[in-house]
Parts: sequence; structure tokens; C-alpha cells
Amino acid sequence: MRKPLLLKILLAAVLLLSNSSFANVKEATSDEPKKDLKTEIKEYISHHLQDSHDFSLFSYTNDAGEHVYIGSSLPAILWDNGLKVFSSSKFHHGETLAEVDGNYYKLYHSKIYKTDAEGTINYDEDHHATNVKPIDFSITKNVVMIIVTGLLMLWLFTSLAKSYAKNNGVPTGMGRFFEPIVLYIRDDIARPNIGEKRYRKYMPFLLTIFFFIWFLNMFGLTPLGINVTGNIAITFSLAIMTFLITNFTGTKDYWMHQFNPLGDSLPWYGKIPLYIILVPIELLGLIIKPFSLLIRLYANMQAGHIVLMSLIGLMFIFKSWLGSPLSFVLAFAISLIEILVALLQAYIFTMLSALYFGFASEEHEHEHEEDAELAH
Amino acid sequence: MVGAGLVVIGVGIGIGRIGGSAMDAIARQPEAYGKIQTAMLIAAALIEGIGFAALFAT
Repeated sequence: MRKPLLLKILLAAVLLLSNSSFANVKEATSDEPKKDLKTEIKEYISHHLQDSHDFSLFSYTNDAGEHVYIGSSLPAILWDNGLKVFSSSKFHHGETLAEVDGNYYKLYHSKIYKTDAEGTINYDEDHHATNVKPIDFSITKNVVMIIVTGLLMLWLFTSLAKSYAKNNGVPTGMGRFFEPIVLYIRDDIARPNIGEKRYRKYMPFLLTIFFFIWFLNMFGLTPLGINVTGNIAITFSLAIMTFLITNFTGTKDYWMHQFNPLGDSLPWYGKIPLYIILVPIELLGLIIKPFSLLIRLYANMQAGHIVLMSLIGLMFIFKSWLGSPLSFVLAFAISLIEILVALLQAYIFTMLSALYFGFASEEHEHEHEEDAELAH
Repeated sequence: MVGAGLVVIGVGIGIGRIGGSAMDAIARQPEAYGKIQTAMLIAAALIEGIGFAALFAT
């Protein structure tokens, strides 16, 4: 009974996005200074990389000189002396102010600022806005994609589990595609890195994080222009999970390694000068490990999107018969590489997480075993 | 910008050396292909991480 329900929720989410699509027409403002092509492309790329408060698919200028946006608006949820919930269509893609309960909000560079009735944005000397930013819990484009991916995974894997139960463990349909991947993560990532004794405990997390990152990376390659894993806040949260799990499941030996790395090999008076340097380095290592995870995923996805968008931008810079084929061939080749990178980054994240969990579950017997093996 | 270029050169040399050495190792011991590949990818990812960190810092 649960499978149709989940399917319905998923369908409802998809329909909500597509059904509420609307064409939002807005007069083009004539007093806008004319930008040159390069700045326009640069702005377009940075806009694409950012999270946004509406799910716009594309926009164009029609014959009458009006901007037409195709897409759907998303709910904006703010905490500003009380909860404020309104639709992001009130912003009209940053062109108008949204008035809620006598407060005025303005979209400026995809962030919501509180303004006065005229919508003035104050700047400091570095041209950063100094207006008050209300705490923003909005369902933005990235949040929508996270929810969609979560529901997709929930539906996919519960239905797979049921099909396995029904067919006595024989994979059918999608199971034939996913079983080798799941087995690969278990047998080639979790087992050798974490160890036979404790790997089962970490499997749910490793599988979840692998498929979550992989699916989001692949969604990022669709023309929807979603850049979820290229958002540092999201990779930060993923890395924090690895960090917390590593440290909360750490064994006694793991913590001994952090605070007493040399063990019994030195008397205490010999350790003091060494530990002044060693212990801070070990502790720093605790933070650097998840930090490198978050930077790697973020930077890889961000760089991939920038390269892809820049290559498409070539078409508009060349403006000759040469530009379009060149840009198409290059963008196509990079897209193929990006498909590989999407999988590779999910794999690396999972692999390194497993490696860190392996460090956290180290035990002294294990080391002796290895020594014995080396001696043979 | 010059710094970013230098970083990319360094990362390129580093990952190139890892790839080359992994090829040598696989040629010597084809049966250890899987393990060598895993170790190669991890090392390459670590270098790449440093490269990106430096690129974004510039």
C-alpha cells in the first residue's frame, strides 16, 4: 500500500512544479544602462550558479520588448519578528518590492533584503549591501531539488526492497542496474576500508550519501540549471555528517591516537615537547578531513558548471558560422566528461568517508594482525 | 591570476605523475588493477582538492 502513496507524493511534487508554471510578463525597463556582451555572459553564469527563489526554466524578450519568464514561483519563508510566508512571485524576479504586513523586501543578487517603501539598498565602500537580511528559510530551487531527490530515492529504494522480498532476492527491472552499484559500495568501498567487523553499521550512510550526491550531480547536468552540489552550504552539511559520524562512532583507540599518538614508545618526559606539536596537528587533521571533502565536491561541480556555461557563451562571443559548431562540440565533450565527474565525485566522497570511518574504527588487535602479515 | 596558473601547472604535474605511476604499477601487476585504481583515484582526488582550494583562494 505504501508504494502507490509514495508514487502519488512524487507525482504531486512534479505536477506542482509543472502545473503552476506561468508566463510572467514584465515590461523591460528602458533606463537600464546597456551592458556589453562579456559582462552580460558573466552575470548570466554567476546567476546560474546561485540558488534562486523561483524555478525559472527560461526567459526571453518578446516582440513588444517585454521580458517573459517561463517557470514557477516558490514559497518564500522569512523570520523577521515573526514568521512571514509569501510567494516569491511577489518579487517579479527581483524587479519589484514584496510588501508583507507593512514590511518591504527586495531581491538583490538572489538574496532577500529588508528595505524601506522605495526599495533603497545601502552600500558600504566595497559595494556590499548593508541592509538587514531577515533569516531566510525559503523553499528555494535547491531545496525543491533536495526534496525531489529525497522522495525519488525513497520511492526507488523502498520499491526495490519490496521487489527483492517478492522475488526471493532475485533482482528485476531497475534492481539489475542498482544491485552491482550497491554491491560495489559494500564489497569494494566499505569492507576493505572499514573492516569486516564494523562495516555494516556504516552501510546505510554510505549508500545514502553516494546515491544522493550522484543523483543531484546528474540533475545538475540536465538543462533545468540546478546546481545543488555546487552550493557550498550543501556540501558543508554533507561533510558535517561525515565528521559527526566519524567522531561519535570513534573507538577508544581512535581517540588515543588523537591525544597520545606515540603510545608506550616513549616515557612521559620525552612526549611533552613532541606532543606540543603533534596533538594540535592531529586535532587539525580532524577538521581538515571533512573540509577537504566539502571543498572538493563544491569546487568540482562549480567548476564543471562554469566551464560548460562559458563554452555555451562562446557562441555569443564569436557571432560567426564558426562559433556555434565549435561551442556545440566543446560543450558536448565537456558534458560527457561531466557525466563521468558526477559519478566520480559521488564515489570519491563515499570512498573518503569510508576511509575516515575506517580510521575511527581502528583497533589495536587489527594493527598487530597487519604487522604479523607483513612479517610473513 | 599568475598564482592560479602556477597551481594548475603543479596539480597537472602531480596528477600526471600519479596516473603514470599507476599505469606502470598495473603493467607490472595486472592482477592488482582494482586496488591500484582505487589508490590512484584517492591520491588524485586529494591533490585536486588542494588545487581547487588554492584556485578559489586566488
